[in-house]
Amino acid sequence: MAADKLVISGLSKTFCTDRGQTIALQGVDLAIGHNEFLALVGTSGCGKSTLLSIAAGLESHDDGKISIDGLPIEQPGLDRGVVFQNYTLLPWLSALHNVEFALRAAGKSAGEIRDIAQDHLNLVGLQGFENAFPAELSGGMKQRVAIARALSYRPSMLLMDEPFGALDALTRHHMQELLTNIWDKHRLTVLFITHDVEEAVYLSDRVAVMSNRPGRIKSIIAIDLPRPRHYDMVSTPSFQKLHRQILDEIRSESLAAAALKTALD
Amino acid sequence: MPPANRRARRARFSVGAHIPAREFLLIALCVFAGLAIAWTAFTAGGFIRPLFLPSPLQVATRLADLASSGQLFADMAISIYRITLGFLISTVAALPIGVLIGSYRRWEAAIEPFVDFIRYMPVVAFVPLTILWAGTGDVQKLLIIFIGTFFQQVLLVMDNVKSVPRDFINLGRTLQMPEWRILQRIVLPSALPAIWDSMRISLGWAWTWLVVAELVAATSGLGYRITTAQRFFQTDLIFGYLLILGILGLASDQAMKFAGRKLFRYLDVR
Repeated sequence: MAADKLVISGLSKTFCTDRGQTIALQGVDLAIGHNEFLALVGTSGCGKSTLLSIAAGLESHDDGKISIDGLPIEQPGLDRGVVFQNYTLLPWLSALHNVEFALRAAGKSAGEIRDIAQDHLNLVGLQGFENAFPAELSGGMKQRVAIARALSYRPSMLLMDEPFGALDALTRHHMQELLTNIWDKHRLTVLFITHDVEEAVYLSDRVAVMSNRPGRIKSIIAIDLPRPRHYDMVSTPSFQKLHRQILDEIRSESLAAAALKTALD
Repeated sequence: MPPANRRARRARFSVGAHIPAREFLLIALCVFAGLAIAWTAFTAGGFIRPLFLPSPLQVATRLADLASSGQLFADMAISIYRITLGFLISTVAALPIGVLIGSYRRWEAAIEPFVDFIRYMPVVAFVPLTILWAGTGDVQKLLIIFIGTFFQQVLLVMDNVKSVPRDFINLGRTLQMPEWRILQRIVLPSALPAIWDSMRISLGWAWTWLVVAELVAATSGLGYRITTAQRFFQTDLIFGYLLILGILGLASDQAMKFAGRKLFRYLDVR
């Protein structure tokens, strides 16, 4: 069997603030296979975004190891595309130019940039909106541009930090369908952070549940639903069972946290 | 009043409610017109001696005289020349320093406290010093505009740069852009609309410092003419020139606002 794409072992991270130290991550072990879609779920503040930032190379860690394709992650790289929660489209550039911006930074030749950018806007269904500025786009459309941008320079791994968290339920469903469709066509490794359990089950091959702070991986649940996924599956018993199982894992975490808080008070 | 009317009225007076541009202009003009009428009525009623408050007609006549002799335009030209040059020098110097200290903590530590220290020294107190250093010519005026504007601008630009979203910079990092490219391609364009606004506000202060410099020691300019007018009790000239200063300030402010809307159209396309 081929080695895993992303390997994390014994990873720890402590933040030093004015009010003392916060242990964000403690002994995180996780391996994501090649072309696997893994969702990381957990209550807010459990450190899942921190883990993604470390994988992106945007943040350092204190202990343990993290590597991609066998090489330790020390800084950001074009092998990883990042989709942030808040779209992060540059407001002075049109949709097309936002994608071209990334391609230019990635060192693509001037001749191919326009075509690649256009192809990726088409991929996310935004033909006709090439010249729209971010202020003219809805939240869902902005995030489509951000996905197109992250995919455009062909990273081998996509890191997504609650990308649909700010969208309304209907748009969120559309975006989830779009993402599975894209992923079915262009297989790549995905680390997807969310606190929406249904979303995690719907999209992933495996779901990793994170414990409360200090964050570590509590359990990993394989999602053995057939692909391609479609929205009718959500109401099937097998989907509901997985949904329930993960929800229980998270709930026991929050109950434990609440009990601990009461004991401390 | 019918409920629909009442609702419309309430909508107009709710916090942050929008009004049509025409209505905005109309309200603004009404305030000016109201003040002009009050001024006319007050002076025409003879409640006050013209030495203290001349009538609008007196002021207008004086301005017309000065305009026909060319004096008014000569004074305006020299003052506009000074403020343009002083403001440009100050802005060109403040921009890179503001961007630098807004982006790098070490530069901030080195420069920000010092700038803050100078900023709290009253500009007026520098007037004698600048005369000692640079005489009473244009250089001294530029120096006063610079001292009054530059240090404020540096801090404003620093704040503008600091409010660039962290994720924009992270985006640059994930694309492996070099530091200077992130500054040039992400930080600067992202902060530019706010910087433009800061410049617009600091231009208003620059007008004040220009006139301060011209009032104390000068041989030309709007401020100089006001000082000489005081010696000859020409209150109408003082009022006229004050109005001119107000109009010039308002015009430059509106021009920058307009240019800002055109330059940063992408922010409110809808």
